[in-house]
Amino acid sequence: MSDFPFLSVLTVAPLVGGLLVAFLPASRGELAKRVAFGWSLAVLALAIAMWVAFDAGGDRLQLRESYSWIPAWGVNFTFAADGIALVMLMLIALLVPVVILASWHDADNLKRSVPVYFGLLLFLESTMIGVFAAADVFLFYVFFEVMLVPMYFLIGSYGGHQRQYAAVKFFLYSLVGGLFMLAAVIGLWALGGKTFDWEALTQADLSTGAERWLFLGFFLAFAIKAPFFPFHTWLPDAGGAAPAGAAALLVGVLDKVGTFGILRYCLPLFPDASKWFAPWAIALALIGIIYAALLAVGQNDLKRLVSYTSIAHFGFIGVGIFAFTTQAGTGAVLYMVNHGLATGLLFLVVGMLVARRGSALISDFGGASKLVPVLAGVLFFAGLASLALPGTAPFVSEFLVLIGTYTVNKPVAIVATAGIILAAAYVLWMVQRTTQGTLNPALSGVEGMRRDLSVRERVVVAPLIALLLLLGFYPKPVTDVINPAVQATMEQDLGRHDPAPTVGTVQEAHR
Amino acid sequence: MEHTVEYAQATGLLGSVWLLVAVPAVSAAILLLLGRRADRWGHWLGVASVGVAFVLGLTYFFQLRDLENRSVERSLWEFIAVGNLHVDFGLLFDPLAAVFVLLITGVGFLIHVYAVGYMAHDPGRRRFFGFFNLFVAAMLLLVLGNNYVMLYVGWEGVGVASYLLISFWQNRPSAATAGKKAFLMNRVGDAGLAIAIFIMFATLGSTQYADVFNGAGALASGTVLAMGLLLLLGATGKSGQFPLQAWLPDAMEGPTPVSALIHAATMVTAGVYLIARSNPIFSLDPTLQTVVVSVGALTLLMGCIIGAAKDDIKRVLAWSTVSQIGYMFLGVGLGGGAYALAIIHLLAHGFFKANMFLGAGSVMHGMKDQVNIRRFGGLAKHMRITWITFGLGWLAIIGMWPFSGYFTKEPIIVAAFERDDWTAWLYGGAALLGAGLTAFYMTRLFVLTFHGPKRWTEDIDHPHESPPIMTIPLILLGLGSVVAGWLMATPVADWLTPVLGGHGEGEHHPVLSHTMITVLSLTLTVLGAGLAWLLFRNGTALEEQPAGPLVRAARRNLYTDAFNEAVFEKPGIFLTRALVFLDNRGVDGLVNALAAAVGGGSGRLRRLQTGFVRSYAMSMLTGAVLVVAAFLAVQAGWFA
Repeated sequence: MSDFPFLSVLTVAPLVGGLLVAFLPASRGELAKRVAFGWSLAVLALAIAMWVAFDAGGDRLQLRESYSWIPAWGVNFTFAADGIALVMLMLIALLVPVVILASWHDADNLKRSVPVYFGLLLFLESTMIGVFAAADVFLFYVFFEVMLVPMYFLIGSYGGHQRQYAAVKFFLYSLVGGLFMLAAVIGLWALGGKTFDWEALTQADLSTGAERWLFLGFFLAFAIKAPFFPFHTWLPDAGGAAPAGAAALLVGVLDKVGTFGILRYCLPLFPDASKWFAPWAIALALIGIIYAALLAVGQNDLKRLVSYTSIAHFGFIGVGIFAFTTQAGTGAVLYMVNHGLATGLLFLVVGMLVARRGSALISDFGGASKLVPVLAGVLFFAGLASLALPGTAPFVSEFLVLIGTYTVNKPVAIVATAGIILAAAYVLWMVQRTTQGTLNPALSGVEGMRRDLSVRERVVVAPLIALLLLLGFYPKPVTDVINPAVQATMEQDLGRHDPAPTVGTVQEAHR
Repeated sequence: MEHTVEYAQATGLLGSVWLLVAVPAVSAAILLLLGRRADRWGHWLGVASVGVAFVLGLTYFFQLRDLENRSVERSLWEFIAVGNLHVDFGLLFDPLAAVFVLLITGVGFLIHVYAVGYMAHDPGRRRFFGFFNLFVAAMLLLVLGNNYVMLYVGWEGVGVASYLLISFWQNRPSAATAGKKAFLMNRVGDAGLAIAIFIMFATLGSTQYADVFNGAGALASGTVLAMGLLLLLGATGKSGQFPLQAWLPDAMEGPTPVSALIHAATMVTAGVYLIARSNPIFSLDPTLQTVVVSVGALTLLMGCIIGAAKDDIKRVLAWSTVSQIGYMFLGVGLGGGAYALAIIHLLAHGFFKANMFLGAGSVMHGMKDQVNIRRFGGLAKHMRITWITFGLGWLAIIGMWPFSGYFTKEPIIVAAFERDDWTAWLYGGAALLGAGLTAFYMTRLFVLTFHGPKRWTEDIDHPHESPPIMTIPLILLGLGSVVAGWLMATPVADWLTPVLGGHGEGEHHPVLSHTMITVLSLTLTVLGAGLAWLLFRNGTALEEQPAGPLVRAARRNLYTDAFNEAVFEKPGIFLTRALVFLDNRGVDGLVNALAAAVGGGSGRLRRLQTGFVRSYAMSMLTGAVLVVAAFLAVQAGWFA
């Protein structure tokens, strides 16, 4: 089974499905939804098979496939996955069917084609899988840019208030970052032996100056994508305007390309530059943790609020990556997965509230738990996961990031830990203003607010809640996959080894 | 700590010690997931699960008693394994854990039974029991973990259960705010605890109790101090001690059984547990111990002073909890034999304080949820059982012989006088003064509630005693208030020796003789109680009266809330508003300005936002051309 070309099939399959769905006549909306949902479930099944075929203790890059594309420039369709890519692919395959089901009625009342909406979601899945599965730098760049297209239309055509502004801002901002990366990609090709193959490029011998410039080119694109402070302002606009399902994919997966890119490209290809720039990157990430959390506290729009919380979470991921320890690195990758689940859930639940109320303004809510107790309960749970409560998956990742950072950089870890207090503040205050307190009289007059979660919506939230709890108590299946890849990055690529305990234990810590 | 800490592997029946956590957790899951379908019988499931946990706890306790090494641990699964960090989902059942298990499940069971009656008319009773069971599971995990990460999981778990229960009536704005305040202040403490755990890993490479305790002796003194202070920060948050005490009185917004179980008998004592559990760390550094003692002494006096000025029956009890936990902090801070004294006082307090809170609930039940003691009076005749049981709790807390507080608080006061230098007078004096003040404000509470003339509001004509399902737990807890201290004092101290060390007799002598201290404290107690009796036997004004500066300050919690508001809340709100403005106008404004400049003016930018496919295709094409051009350039060797 391990000879099966999982990665290329996983990349192409949603594309085919997307075409199939998008070209259905606009009147066949229901059919389009069913086909899209079924298709995404099939992709999920394939992804599970891939997970089984992947050997956590085996080679760093597995499932490698390579097909020639532009021989003159050495461009190939090369796919391969390490543990980091694998967990992200799994996350995508899992989130897309959930999002499709959650978005069931999102396009119904717009004057736009329903089949195209679901087709776009499948296109997006295809490009997202491609970007994580690529092991050729040029191929990666192509997916990195093409990924913008379906998202641009999802926001620009199916979004809410100010969708045009948000979509163009998202697109232009990413494109600018992409152009810097393009320059760096070409430079890398020229200086690194005229190849785009990732594995070959890790061996390239670059001068210090060249390495730093190339690092910056990649890093800027990734810092915008992630986004890190101060390149973050497109995200609240995009997250606020995007339909909830697309927003869940935007922050849940698409933004992770930024942090994934740093791990896969910046660190292994430019190890010395990464170390040289690490303090600056950590500074940006750390500012992001505190700054975005404070901004989240001050938001009066549910979707923008969730966007800001994500920027704070990306700060934790950034700190974890640039701390250069296995705990912090593994924590950062695990954070990418867990954040996808937790913030994905949060965005979807917020979307359910907004769809009912017809407004995302927090001041339009108040006391909603009286009307929709189950929905309010799920919002609260998603909030708890978002503030990394122990017992939910994000706790493990946040704990790993912080403890791994502490061993090498105490002040950074301590300031970042202050972020967990702010996380409690923005989550609980949001919950209080939305679902608690006296019932907002305007709310009981809204027809939609009288319906609690439907069966479809329960099916949407249940798997995410179950996974968040399961990985909260037993994260090992995921950490075991991530750990070797991160260890290879830290030890082989960067030559960093975890500091030994300063005093050492009296007896062997582990039996 | 000279000896090495070692725990045996749990075998036989003790291997199933995880059931203690699992049983209430499963029950909570059933109650919360089944929803309204479980409304009819859910509360009984909630009661039964805690009852089962209590029986299990007793069984394990007897098993443990027969073991030579009285400590067993059980690793369930590998929780985190990354690099050299290994954290197991592991449990430790030792004498200290055992007494907490019995307290949590025993007193918890009685309070669960009581709550069946208390919450009978609440439509959310099933949900209430779900949260209540969740709390018990988290609290048991907190005391049963065999490493600091497990403790942290339980620690935040009880925090969230406490939040859910404080804001149980969440459509009351005050309840929602109180819950949020509790969680936030606790998170400040949690952050401290988390950093302490980071230090353990960075220095000792482990978070297991056994490794940390055995290795702590080799740490630099500054490291021990930092770690201890951070643990203390965590402890003050959870236990409502200075400077993180402000949330606890507000937590009384929750239903009264919650106040009894969580905010009196169990959760708020977790800080004491943490310090007692970490005794090998705290015992290493006298400075650290002095800080703990100071926090305890300061908080116990604060609690007394504020408690004396409050009119809300539950808030008086809440401040008395703050004050009594101050005594426990004093005990664990003194170290040596006083560790065990603090735990014994904690157990006794669990009985008498739960008893009084439930008594207060019974009073409220009969008085249409009135909480103002100025509007009670003369209830002794109408609520015989509540009067008697509350009276037993009152005598216990003021430390009157032969009630339990006498046997448990007195030794702490004596221990405070055992310090070597002048600080014996400082801390001993504070403890002694606290005893007198406690007698005063608790007597004020008791007399104003049950004696003197009626001062009821007009809508009450005949207050009724509570039904048996509420009074039977009261009677049992009342009995506990009488005998618990006397019964437990010596055997529990011996039982805890393997964990907390011996009594250390003969090491220190109090600066006053033992008899002298006892006479003094009993005298102060009688004086305080007598004064309150004289002042309040004829009732009091129906409204708050103008008063001197001290009483005014006490009524306003010694301005601690005002301080928090002025220093943290207001500047915090201002900061977030300023940042929102800055982000929109500054950071984002810069981005848009840049885009506008590049686009040759905002008019051009607006035209870019047409969303037409053709303009988008155009930009893609431009990009593609650039790519190809760049490649050709490189190929041609222009950059080489």
